[in-house]
Amino acid sequence: MSSHNESILREPLITGKNITYAKITDDVLWPVENKPNKAWWIGFIVAAMGASLWVVAVGYTFWNGIGSWGLNKTVGWAWDITGFVWWVGIGHAGTLISAVLLLFRQNWRNSINRSAEAMTIFAVICAATYVVSHMGRPWLAYWPLPLPNQFGSLWVNFNSPLVWDVFAISTYFSVSLVFWYVGLLPDIATIRDRATGLRRRIYSIMSFGWNGSVKTWQRFEIVSLVLAGVSTPLVLSVHTIVSMDFATSVIPGWHTTIFPPYFVAGAIFSGFAMVQTLLLITRKVLGLENYITMFHIESMNKIIVLTGSIVGVAYLTELFIAWYSGAEYEQYAFLNRISGPYWWAYAIMMTCNVVTPQLFWFEKIRTHIGISWILSIIVNVGMWFERFVIIVTSLHRDYLPSSWVMFYPTWVDISIFIGSIGLFFTLFLLFIRVLPSVAMAEVRLLVKSSSEQAKKKLIGEGKLKAEEAEHYKESLKKYDSVEQADYANI
Amino acid sequence: MSKIKYILGLFDDPDEMMDGIDKLKQNNFSVYDVYTPMPIHGIEAKLGVKRSRLPIVAFCCGITGTCTALTLMWYTLSYDWPMNIGGKPNFALPDFIPITFELTVLFCAFGMVGAFFFRNHFFPGRAPRVMELRATTDKFVIAIDANLNTNHQQIDDLLKEAGATEIKHNDRKYVSYE
Repeated sequence: MSSHNESILREPLITGKNITYAKITDDVLWPVENKPNKAWWIGFIVAAMGASLWVVAVGYTFWNGIGSWGLNKTVGWAWDITGFVWWVGIGHAGTLISAVLLLFRQNWRNSINRSAEAMTIFAVICAATYVVSHMGRPWLAYWPLPLPNQFGSLWVNFNSPLVWDVFAISTYFSVSLVFWYVGLLPDIATIRDRATGLRRRIYSIMSFGWNGSVKTWQRFEIVSLVLAGVSTPLVLSVHTIVSMDFATSVIPGWHTTIFPPYFVAGAIFSGFAMVQTLLLITRKVLGLENYITMFHIESMNKIIVLTGSIVGVAYLTELFIAWYSGAEYEQYAFLNRISGPYWWAYAIMMTCNVVTPQLFWFEKIRTHIGISWILSIIVNVGMWFERFVIIVTSLHRDYLPSSWVMFYPTWVDISIFIGSIGLFFTLFLLFIRVLPSVAMAEVRLLVKSSSEQAKKKLIGEGKLKAEEAEHYKESLKKYDSVEQADYANI
Repeated sequence: MSKIKYILGLFDDPDEMMDGIDKLKQNNFSVYDVYTPMPIHGIEAKLGVKRSRLPIVAFCCGITGTCTALTLMWYTLSYDWPMNIGGKPNFALPDFIPITFELTVLFCAFGMVGAFFFRNHFFPGRAPRVMELRATTDKFVIAIDANLNTNHQQIDDLLKEAGATEIKHNDRKYVSYE
């Protein structure tokens, strides 16, 4: 039943007065049903310019080949795979929010899962573009698929982690897309039933005929639950397999068993940072402060400090094991990371991923929107450098000192990277214009139990223990969307 | 027979709607269906809707995926074109676990969602069969078949008593778009 009262000790997930089912719909659909404002256009134009740069740079790569990148015979993998792993990692937070938090019945996911899942899909698209562009001959992209071919059906090697990765990424992308779209159906139906004319026709096609009957909802809920159940191990497997691209090789610095958990923690870490970067702006620009509250921001910051610490422990473990292994090449690989010519990349990685996120232990900092936003960007930078450190510094000094080199990116490398960010933001900005950025149906579930107004009514009725009500009022102080004066007299 | 086909009771509050269902049931009226803008927990038991069997479909599809993956890898690497890869066995099961897992998930997810779409008759472009347009926004709607339940006055009274904000007597089943 939707009518049970939640414990007063829990912080509200929706703030604001007079929140009704209709108001939620109006608030969330405001950007979809109205003409975009100036901020959106500026953002979109900048992002679209970035995306055009991406088209130019990738087109140039296809025309001239991989030689247009800064790769050389020692560093055969650099910004392309760095960008790929970075984007795949970023994608992981969306699935974590939509699947893992659903299994744990964390209701705060309800208002952020939609945009986080969209972010997952766009990040995986960006990652996939790297895969295709670094193939060099993208028209042969079907080669890793197990298809009978003209060489007398010589099959792909299923023992290869690169083939595993093809399966993992494509499964991850398609399952995430399906999960996201199924969740969108009821909300698309809402837009459809409020629209007229051509818009109604378009959303009608997209809504697949959703009508919200008892049986549809029942099936919808069970489908969401089972998809969450299979997506949870899926998301863990994807970055595990990405890490095996490295860990199953025999390159010092890559050939370690810690890679899977370390990559998964890093992926969640960078993903939550990107969700934070996007949502802090989205809530402001779209006026969603009542739905994406300080509680959400603080919870995500807590996850960032946790996963950041796990990543820090992994870095230190790597160093310890390199020393403890007694393997000369392994020891040198790590010595070179710290004190070699790429020491600055290692220092950036350590600072941005391990040191600065520790600031989130302070409540003042993790509930401060501006600082949270800056720290989330720092994490994104740090996680890019982590992949750069792992990839380039492990390769650039190989077994033969005469072939030791440095890696210098060309304008094509840089443009593809900047362009992929442009592509990501173009897709995200289009998404918030045409689809509801908050899962309305799921947020409606919270109105009667977890909203500020419902809890305020409970306090007003005076049946609660005084110290519990006091604790609750204390917890509201950090919210920027709560009228503090209202609580002075009750 | 009157021309009224369906009686709709529109509620603003899900709990009042549940109350309405109870009242109708106590007076032996049958509920055709309920349309809500969000899932209502516990409504299935009230209306006697059976548990969904979709999880069984998901399991069967998942197992199919597992078998497909193992068969594919056995056929290609052990039967059709066995190769010596680093002296490893042709059927190197530990190496096959990642792809087996991925295909299990893939088949499970697509099979289940496919079955969900099939059972609900969902497909792109399907004309939505909607009785009340606001049922996807903020109204909780109980629909009652007016031909099976003939005492319309009593239905209206019961719905009103439960807290319905609006009662509609529709002479067509679905609100047509055109």
